[in-house]
Amino acid sequence: MKLSTEEVIERVSILDIPQALKDALVAGLTGQEMTEAQLQEIMDQVVSDYGHSRVEPCEAVGVVAAQSIGEPGTQMTMRTFHYAGVAEINVTLGLPRLIEIVDARKIPSTPTMTLRLAEGYAHDRDLAREVAWAIESTSLLHLGSLATDLAEMNVIIELNSDAMTQRKITAEEVAERLREETGLSVDQRSNTLVMAPEESSYRELLQLVEKIKKISLKGIEGIKRVVIRKEGDEYILYTEGSSLRKVMQFDGVDPTRTKTNNINEIGEVLGIEAARNAIINEATDTLREQGLTVDVRHIMLVADIMTVDGEVKQIGRHGVSGEKASVLARAAFEVTVNHILDAAVRGDVDDLKGVTENVIVGQPIQLGTGDVKLIAKR
Amino acid sequence: MTVPKRIGKIKFGLISPQEFRKMSVVKIITADTYDDDGFPIEMGLMDPRLGVIDPGLRCRSCGGRPGECPGHFGHIDLIAPVIHVGFAKIIRKALRGACRECSRLMLLDKEKEMYLQQIRTLERLGQLSDEIVNKVFAEARKHKICPYCGAPQQEIKFERPLSYIEEGHKLTPSDIRDRFEKIPDDDIIIMGMNPATARPEWMILTVLPVPPVTMRPSITLESGQRSEDDLTHKLVDIIRINQRFQENREAGAPQLIIEDLWELLQYHVTTFLDNTVSGVPPARHRSGRPLKTLSQRLKGKEGRFRGSLSGKRVNFSARTVISPDPNLSINEVGVPLEVAMELSVPIVINARNKEAIKVFVRRGPDRHPGVNYVTRADQRRIKITSKNSEEIAEQIDAGWKIDRQLTDGDTVLFNRQPSLHRMSIMAHRVKVMPYKTFRLNPAVCPPYNADFDGDEMNLHVPQTEEARAEAEILMRVQENILSPRFGGPIIGGIHDYVTGSFLLTHGYKPIDREDVMELLKKFPPNEMPEPKGYLEDGEPYWIGKQVFSTVLPKGLNLTFKADFCLNCESCKHEECENDAFVIIRDGQLLKGTIDAEAVGAFKGKITDRVIKEYSPSVASEFLDRMTLLALRGIMYAGFSFGIDDEDIPTDAADQIDETTRTAKENVQRLIEAYKAGELEPLPGRTLDETLEMRIMQTLGKARDNAGQIAGRYLGLDNSGVVMAVSGARGSMLNLTQMAACVGQQSVRGERIRRGYAGRTLPHFRRGDMGAEAHGFVESSYKDGLSPTEFFFHAIGGREGLVDTAIRTSQSGYLQRRLVNALQDLEVKYDGTVQETRGMIVQFKYGEDGVDASRRDYASPDNVKRIIQKILKHGGAKS
Repeated sequence: MKLSTEEVIERVSILDIPQALKDALVAGLTGQEMTEAQLQEIMDQVVSDYGHSRVEPCEAVGVVAAQSIGEPGTQMTMRTFHYAGVAEINVTLGLPRLIEIVDARKIPSTPTMTLRLAEGYAHDRDLAREVAWAIESTSLLHLGSLATDLAEMNVIIELNSDAMTQRKITAEEVAERLREETGLSVDQRSNTLVMAPEESSYRELLQLVEKIKKISLKGIEGIKRVVIRKEGDEYILYTEGSSLRKVMQFDGVDPTRTKTNNINEIGEVLGIEAARNAIINEATDTLREQGLTVDVRHIMLVADIMTVDGEVKQIGRHGVSGEKASVLARAAFEVTVNHILDAAVRGDVDDLKGVTENVIVGQPIQLGTGDVKLIAKR
Repeated sequence: MTVPKRIGKIKFGLISPQEFRKMSVVKIITADTYDDDGFPIEMGLMDPRLGVIDPGLRCRSCGGRPGECPGHFGHIDLIAPVIHVGFAKIIRKALRGACRECSRLMLLDKEKEMYLQQIRTLERLGQLSDEIVNKVFAEARKHKICPYCGAPQQEIKFERPLSYIEEGHKLTPSDIRDRFEKIPDDDIIIMGMNPATARPEWMILTVLPVPPVTMRPSITLESGQRSEDDLTHKLVDIIRINQRFQENREAGAPQLIIEDLWELLQYHVTTFLDNTVSGVPPARHRSGRPLKTLSQRLKGKEGRFRGSLSGKRVNFSARTVISPDPNLSINEVGVPLEVAMELSVPIVINARNKEAIKVFVRRGPDRHPGVNYVTRADQRRIKITSKNSEEIAEQIDAGWKIDRQLTDGDTVLFNRQPSLHRMSIMAHRVKVMPYKTFRLNPAVCPPYNADFDGDEMNLHVPQTEEARAEAEILMRVQENILSPRFGGPIIGGIHDYVTGSFLLTHGYKPIDREDVMELLKKFPPNEMPEPKGYLEDGEPYWIGKQVFSTVLPKGLNLTFKADFCLNCESCKHEECENDAFVIIRDGQLLKGTIDAEAVGAFKGKITDRVIKEYSPSVASEFLDRMTLLALRGIMYAGFSFGIDDEDIPTDAADQIDETTRTAKENVQRLIEAYKAGELEPLPGRTLDETLEMRIMQTLGKARDNAGQIAGRYLGLDNSGVVMAVSGARGSMLNLTQMAACVGQQSVRGERIRRGYAGRTLPHFRRGDMGAEAHGFVESSYKDGLSPTEFFFHAIGGREGLVDTAIRTSQSGYLQRRLVNALQDLEVKYDGTVQETRGMIVQFKYGEDGVDASRRDYASPDNVKRIIQKILKHGGAKS
């Protein structure tokens, strides 16, 4: 007999196996010549093999996951490398990045975003470039040069008209932005702007120069650079600096396919589940880039323990380990004395359920074979 | 059967002075320890009621001997109360939160009610209430007037380390204690304390516990002088000051002196508790070394918690250097006879084994395998000597226990530090051997990450049946071939095993009968494989692939690309002229070469398939036989690597010189272009960066080209190439560096720039940006490096060393944190992952409930295989 896709789906849908296996069955069986008995045997075999692959109850999956991620750490490099390809954005990789991920830092050392563009923009080089310039934060140094005139005690800004047309900004707009930010008057003569500090002192002048250098005239603050790369037939923007919330609302950006490597930012903008996925993706990418294979299940467990509470918590003293129920486990990790003193004041009770506590008092731990409670009957 | 008792829970709290006096066995009043005859002075710091440490004496409190008596606490009555340093911060918060007149927590009743509810909720959830408590104190502090008695409040300034200043006056510990005593119980709960176990005034000490002598033993030096423990020294100080204080106060000394003495008493008690309080100079030993007081004993890696409580010392273990022995099975470990005679396995005598055990006992402890100890039915242990062995052998009876020396076949645990994953401890079978090292099959080196350059390993002997059963079922080497990290084999051929398999199976060289027999000598199959063909003289011949097939299990089908596959643009599959396409049908290697991809550690396609399709035992047997055959194979082919293997013909050398010369010229040209301002910057880079990148590229390419030229002259007849290509050891890059050109040395991914102003070494001109001046090593290792090259190479090499050193410590800490955060997670019977409180972390482990090391069974590939197998084999089983 031959079964159509729908028929196979119907037969397979009642099986207690993950979707991936059902899909594989559907793909493999559709249109195949086979007998009913063969079909049954195949399904039985798949179910039985899946059963064989299940984790055993009481398995200490946490430790296995921790070891599986920690052990390859010794084989990773310490250096920060360039992003695949030449002349692009520096990204922290290797062990430092992995540490950064489990540390749940508020801001990673090299924040970057990967922006994919909306339909209509993605395949057009010029439109992509326009979006890039609109996003990139533009400072005065991008548009021209700065000079201080000590005699007149003022700052002279020479704007380059080519650069301005490229970045779609006019001298008037620049002057307006400077007025807004500094609250000082800006004297504009075509492409030359002149500003003077409130007090005419050498220090004030230098401070003003530093201040106006930092002013973001256009684009999204914090995005220092945008690089366009063609991948496949699509133009993709990579940014140095991250500002997910603003970028997602930007015209031409496809918010559904836009991401940042700042996990906390994802957590804030898109919620905790997105943060969990971000941890998984970032950790997997970091490990894969180093040529190390680690099963996702281990990384998932780490991501899950970091996010169970609804906020991204660090692996370590200020996060997961510091909030354990057991006094002894916390004391045995870090800052021993304080934990004991605090426990005494609170009158804490240690239920001795975890691993370290039981090791400390010298009795079998309640995991794995130690969790099976069987007493032989005489 | 007795059920072992468990400690259910441990409660923490503060001890009240009353309770303390009650549990104290003696009040300490003199600062002296021993009298002139060396006996402890009564009511002194070494009072015999505090426990015993000197052998031969008995404890005056419990009558126990040293080792039996755990020691008993004494106490010192402090003349004036002092603050416990550890609670300085909580005391500060409590002082600010409580009214200075009526001592009530300055919150409105309804606020108190609300916070109480929140604390209760958190308690029920098993979470810490720190945040709420901090909020309580912060809110209470805001009240400038007590809502209950209306007393105006004063700002309390805290000065490190331990002064609380109110209106310019320092609050004495007595004042503070008086205030705390009045705080009502209900308020204490909201302050995050439990009035039953911890009242705030107990944070101010009036009675000082004196730890038992057993935890501060004095040691007798060779000179007969006694040397006291740091804690004892500190206690002596405290008692002396306490006495002086009392005398002065009774004599009616001026307030100023009293205050000074009080301060001094506070200092000594503070350092007794913690000698690293900032703002307090650490108490020092006469020699100037800071004393190790109570906190220091608990803290840190070697402290009580991490050093003694979490890391325990064990008996029945051994440690020595390891060395390789390819004749052992991967499941075995070679144990030196000396070690085997010291370690033992307990055996209970019963009617059935009594006679057999008599033989063991009779042998005594000096003839292996003998018996070291016998435990009689009444639990008396007797040491067996050659003198009493005969006599005791006759006495033994059912119910006795013997400690039999380790013999062949015993299960032991074998471990190498750092124990980074669970495969760092595996169970092996003992094989007692001569000489003094532990021996193991090199195929099990990868999971332990062991080599034989002086590594040492530990061995542990399980002492109970339960432990042994667990070790044999869960920890045997064969059960750990598959790594849970990625579900592939981490045990497999390394180095010569891979080279051997490669040499044996590469190509179709004929092997005659005698040589085949020689190859198969270690595990003779029942019959010779069918000859591949016949030579001209009519003699039958075989090929290496056939010989290798004898170790493959029957019925194995496998097709894959070997490690040395060149990744040609269009793969010719079966027709591969490099013999890199492996085809195994029904356990016969038909085509292709066996290399690291097939049997190597971490890759091992064949090992992987065998263990998944057959069983761990079959896989372990396969590995045993494969390793034996591979070594026969390498011996049959002959293999060595020497300095002349790095030789390349002169015209190759000339070509390499040519490429490096042109590369250098190109670099020069780039520099000129840069100086002339003709260089186009790459997008997003400055001109300088662009130049550096272009130069790096040029020189990198030069090295690659040199390698390619050298590679053309180094073929599979070169042992270095064989090793690199088969994945046994090293890479083509290593060979290039040895034979052709070492290449650019770098620091932080850039050319070497540091050194003098404008130049790396005085050998170069300032501003020279050329290849040589920034660490390009043109020579090969074989030619030898010029002095400047050698120096640059050392710079690059040092970076590598520093990198490794930093990385090990960083990744070690990462691992410790990860393990600590995740260790309590467990898969429950319903498939959820929970931590100790019962909080569910995952509803289904890994979203599909699949064990990572067995994930292949639940993969779409496996489904495909099942479909193929069942449909190909015609009708279903009926």
